[in-house]
Amino acid sequence: MALVSVNDLHKSFGELEVLKGIDLTVEAGEVVSIIGRSGSGKSTLLRCLNQLERHDWGTIQLADQRLDGASMTPGELSQNVGMVFQSFNLFPHKTVLDNVMLAPVVVKQTPKSEARRIAEEVLAKVGMSEKVDAYPAQLSGGQQQRVAIARALAMNPKVLLCDEVTSALDPELVGEVLRVLENLAKEGMTLILVTHEMRFARDVSDRVVFMHQGRIHESGDPQTLFSQPETPELAQFIASVI
Amino acid sequence: MTLDFSTLLPYTDEIVTGLVTTVWLTVVTTLIGLSLAVVVAYVRDGARENGANIVSRLLGGYVEVIRNTPFIVQLFFLFFGLPALGVPISATVAALIAMILNLAAYTAEILRAGIESTTRGQHEAARALGLSRLQRFRHVVLVPAFSRVYPSLISQCIIVMLGSAVVSQISVFDLTYAANFIQSRNFRGFEVYLVVTAIYLLLAIGLRLLFEAVGRRLFAFRQGGSA
Repeated sequence: MALVSVNDLHKSFGELEVLKGIDLTVEAGEVVSIIGRSGSGKSTLLRCLNQLERHDWGTIQLADQRLDGASMTPGELSQNVGMVFQSFNLFPHKTVLDNVMLAPVVVKQTPKSEARRIAEEVLAKVGMSEKVDAYPAQLSGGQQQRVAIARALAMNPKVLLCDEVTSALDPELVGEVLRVLENLAKEGMTLILVTHEMRFARDVSDRVVFMHQGRIHESGDPQTLFSQPETPELAQFIASVI
Repeated sequence: MTLDFSTLLPYTDEIVTGLVTTVWLTVVTTLIGLSLAVVVAYVRDGARENGANIVSRLLGGYVEVIRNTPFIVQLFFLFFGLPALGVPISATVAALIAMILNLAAYTAEILRAGIESTTRGQHEAARALGLSRLQRFRHVVLVPAFSRVYPSLISQCIIVMLGSAVVSQISVFDLTYAANFIQSRNFRGFEVYLVVTAIYLLLAIGLRLLFEAVGRRLFAFRQGGSA
């Protein structure tokens, strides 16, 4: 069974229909990049997957959870889905270690010593072991984003959602964050990324999804999609970003 | 007329008693008042997110009433009004309650500004991690909110400390009451009020320094950062 399966998903903000019927399945261990122009609905789709936005219509099945917008506490949901944001959103008053330990301790009620062990493990994974006692304001953007990835991983999610995680970074810092994601992909983590990094989408993803005007316009394996786009919209988009 | 501070010496006990009363009223008011303010701000913030309910409306009314009436009237209302309703209350308890309610209302409103300036990204990150509203408030919102409005909170606590002089009007033996008492005995008004003014000034400066020291510990995350 697919890890994530989205069925006929609709979402409107007031009069504006942002998602007009999305069908998408993602298998465990798959890396899926969602590309498209701004306003095409990519971020909204991602945010529906962890219910930061409630969808209006359709179903989302996430592992053994069926998301219907109601009946789900954030705590239950966060056991399955982690999210990394464009603007990092680390908690400024907590050290790196406390940022990562917070959710396991508070939400999962993990004992502190165990949470600390988990935190140190995931921080090592993103190469931030040296900075456990630093505050976010003392870190570069790339370092902050790596901590944000560790913070999401500490909840041991089945799928990690990445919403334009390199868009707020200085160009020279993009690489360190992408390398972390690439390593996660190699380890078999399921990743769904909204991204503007076309090279990353092409080289690392198993599948690329092109969204256009609230629909999945085209999708397929990255090599084919980028070299032989079927629709003029995708061809145009690729030409404009590469 | 010449200044003669030796005329105050026989009244050292009164001054010390008054000082001690003013200090403990201020300390207790600050501790309880700020805690109460956090609760009020939390409930009212919930109303912003989920719509108003009875409790949040009542608390909103409380904040408005306190902020739009004179402190001395609030004090008289408690001290003279409650006994008339059959609730006996001592001067000290009335003073303490009046001060706490006053500080809590003002600081709840100050805190609200700090809470509302929490970015959407902070809330979303916390929600995505599975934190409930109370958990978000406690672990994510509160400390940065405090740090943003801390200077205003310090000022408000000092205002309430200085305003506590009013409780002498219901015969609470605070620093001002001591001054009035001494002046009525030795008729050395200038000396007495000069000394008491200086004590209030030192108290205000001391309170500010204490708050700032606590702030430096509590909000260490703001220092040494580049962003």
